[in-house]
Amino acid sequence: MYSEKVLDHFKNPRNVGELENPDGEGSVGNPVCGDVMTIYIKVNDDRIEDIKFKTFGCGAAIATSSMTTELAKGKTLDEALEISKANVADALDGLPPIKMHCSNLAADALHEAIKNYKEKKG
Amino acid sequence: MDNGAARPVDPRVMETMIPYFAEIIGNPASFHSEGFKALNAIKTARKQVADLVNAEPEEIFFTSGATEANNLALIGGAQRYKKQGNRVIISAIEHISVINITKELTRQGFEVAKCPVDEEGLLDIDELEKLVDNNTVLISIMAANGEIGTVQPLKEVAENAHSHGALLHSDATAAAGQIKLDVKEINVDFMTLSSNDLGGPKGMGALFIKKGVRVKLHMIGGGQESGVRSGSENTPGIVGMGKAAEITKEEMMKEAERLTSLRDRLIEGLTDVIPESYLNGHPTNRVPNNANIRFSFIEGEALIMSLDDLGIQVSSGSACAAKTLEPSHTLLACGLKHEEAHGSLVFTLGKNNNHDQVEYVIKELPGVVKRLRAMSPLTPKELR
Repeated sequence: MYSEKVLDHFKNPRNVGELENPDGEGSVGNPVCGDVMTIYIKVNDDRIEDIKFKTFGCGAAIATSSMTTELAKGKTLDEALEISKANVADALDGLPPIKMHCSNLAADALHEAIKNYKEKKG
Repeated sequence: MDNGAARPVDPRVMETMIPYFAEIIGNPASFHSEGFKALNAIKTARKQVADLVNAEPEEIFFTSGATEANNLALIGGAQRYKKQGNRVIISAIEHISVINITKELTRQGFEVAKCPVDEEGLLDIDELEKLVDNNTVLISIMAANGEIGTVQPLKEVAENAHSHGALLHSDATAAAGQIKLDVKEINVDFMTLSSNDLGGPKGMGALFIKKGVRVKLHMIGGGQESGVRSGSENTPGIVGMGKAAEITKEEMMKEAERLTSLRDRLIEGLTDVIPESYLNGHPTNRVPNNANIRFSFIEGEALIMSLDDLGIQVSSGSACAAKTLEPSHTLLACGLKHEEAHGSLVFTLGKNNNHDQVEYVIKELPGVVKRLRAMSPLTPKELR
């Protein structure tokens, strides 16, 4: 039911973990629904220099988190804000329909982290 | 270790079935020797299935599976006796087929009440007594739960039902072949049996209907199965289910002993080693083949996928591994929080499982849990 890419990102997630003193942090989801994600970013010169994630959730939740961090790393904040859930799903060669809205939340977490960074910066 | 979802057909069952596909092809309704052979084979199978639950052969009606048997008992039974009342009671942890059938009964004008269970999944008998009234026509309580394994006190439920003039149906899909079931001792009115759960072919089941109890027919046709369930008999399937019932009856006690020891080793080996892991369901009053364990801070589908990579197949109480977004209604009814229900694994053991496999799971699962917990934002610091 999952693509090879989803399985790969589930088994070998990229950028998993936390950042110490992150410049921005964003959390979405709800344990009741079975998905919670946090994304941490380090920003340098308006660019996402480092990014990590932590996820409680199913295989799709972990794979989309991993893919989102990979897509965002090295991008400018404006470019990263353009990353959508559809982009993440496409980059993973698609997701089963039921997973599209329940587990594909990492782009939202990324946007929240950027918002948090901008707020902190004032 | 996912025998609750589908199990292999016993090779002895397959062997018994084979002649009935191409050699003995008579229609049991035909008045010639080929027809008589089929008729006799079905007669034998009916006796074999009856013997498993101490029923009389004429109380066994073959169906296309447990779901159809549940439909026949619940809709057929409630409709047949609707003049006596319009209340139907089920437990909060019935199989989804029973739950969805009662939704249809609600549409047909019946009032459906769900009886709660305690945190180990045992039916709340006091609450049942409050729910049953003289307007109650039918009560449906499963013999054992396929997900958490808890075995229900059916005899007490039957006394309760009958004292109010209600009938008792029991879905014994998860219990038959695991524990001794005696329809006379329990005094149950309907009992659903599944062929595949006995090691028989899929697409076969049976409904026990106590002598004298009637149903409104739901499959109208040529009057097979004493008119209760029309449709030309699936002779190979029936023969297979009969053989599976016979083998089960012979081997059940010994197999139950073996499975109980595997089950208890699995439960102990996992919950002792993995912090924040707990058994779901009743510790002792459970079917021998079921272990349901929850692991805090992680989600079941991710566990299933990781274990699948290691060659271990299990099920989960998580919604994420199912067709809906809701986690298991059974675990929620036992009082678990959503996030706890999401992190539950169901092991259903069978003939194909042995001691080495159990030890392999005990060896591998702690690492899988640790890896997923390290990724989870819900995991407390000391467990990362």
